[in-house]
Amino acid sequence: MFNVAPADQLVLGLATGLAFGFLLHRGGVTQYRVIVGQFLMKDHTVLRTMLTAVVVGAVGVYAMQSAWFTEAVGPVKMHVKNAVVLANVLGGILFGAGMLLLGYCPGTGVAALGTGSRHALSGVLGMLAGAAVYAEVHPLFYGKIQAVCDLGKATLPEVTGLPPWLLTGALAVIAGVLFSVLRGGGTAAGERS
Amino acid sequence: MNWLRQPRWSPYLVGAGIGVLSWITFGLMGKALGTSTTLVRWAGLLEALVDRQHVTANAYYAKYLVSEPAVDWQMMLVVGLPIGALISALLSRSYRVERVPKLWEWRFGPSRAKRYAWAFLGGALLLFGARLAGGCTSGHGISGGLQLSVGSWLFFAAFFSTGVIAAFVLFGKEGRNHV
Repeated sequence: MFNVAPADQLVLGLATGLAFGFLLHRGGVTQYRVIVGQFLMKDHTVLRTMLTAVVVGAVGVYAMQSAWFTEAVGPVKMHVKNAVVLANVLGGILFGAGMLLLGYCPGTGVAALGTGSRHALSGVLGMLAGAAVYAEVHPLFYGKIQAVCDLGKATLPEVTGLPPWLLTGALAVIAGVLFSVLRGGGTAAGERS
Repeated sequence: MNWLRQPRWSPYLVGAGIGVLSWITFGLMGKALGTSTTLVRWAGLLEALVDRQHVTANAYYAKYLVSEPAVDWQMMLVVGLPIGALISALLSRSYRVERVPKLWEWRFGPSRAKRYAWAFLGGALLLFGARLAGGCTSGHGISGGLQLSVGSWLFFAAFFSTGVIAAFVLFGKEGRNHV
């Protein structure tokens, strides 16, 4: 038999998913036209949501890495993925093309199943097929791609030597400027659902 | 409780909510939001119903199904996603059956088969890309982005610019008037 994680982990995961799915729907990003509208640079809901999440998230998660927090509460583990440059870029290109065709990403596509989107189901079945194909070919070529440039678990503070609070602050300013310059998708009121 | 019935919340409120949710998953659960690994697990578990040996012998599947619990925190998160979205849709009375989106119909016609076929292909392409890159819009885009991870920001730049180019190639400038 395949193993199952402890029950408390499963319950916490489910609770997180309920909250995440609720938020994605309220944000409008479980809608095809909102995702495609972002790529057509007409409705900037996706950028507004993601950049806000990243800035708010960074403030909290980096605060948890600070000496006083670690001393007062205890260490909080980071979950940085390896920067395998060619894999990140090539994967991103395929992902962007696929996301435009489907009109959802994995999280919003699965969430959209609960909102009545039938074509999202076809997309999720496609995702399973894509995962199955990837599992077969990964051992054949991933090593070659990884060999080109693997920076390990690199973060911008490490690479630039700048403190996280400065980078987060800069990101917040850039996001704020983008939010005020870009038109579309800015307010909840008055938009059709 | 009027706000619970509103079909849309401000993207800043929702974004901040997802950011705070990340504080909770990092700080209290020792986890980062992510989705696409679960689709690998589902694909592997489905294949295992037919040929278990093939799945456990595949190094990529074995990493997620044998070395780690096959049913885990993230899998339950993904199970929770459509339920949470359904609760939100029912509370706000915005559950809508959608088979062929209007924007798609304007450009490619009303055929359901055509829409489902391209949605399938898009899903396959994006998950292949996500696994090559090591994450998707949640794992790289949000969790990686907020950790200021270099690989995640590269992924974000690559997928966003490709999506924009593909959108203008497929829908053209005129598509903007049909969003």
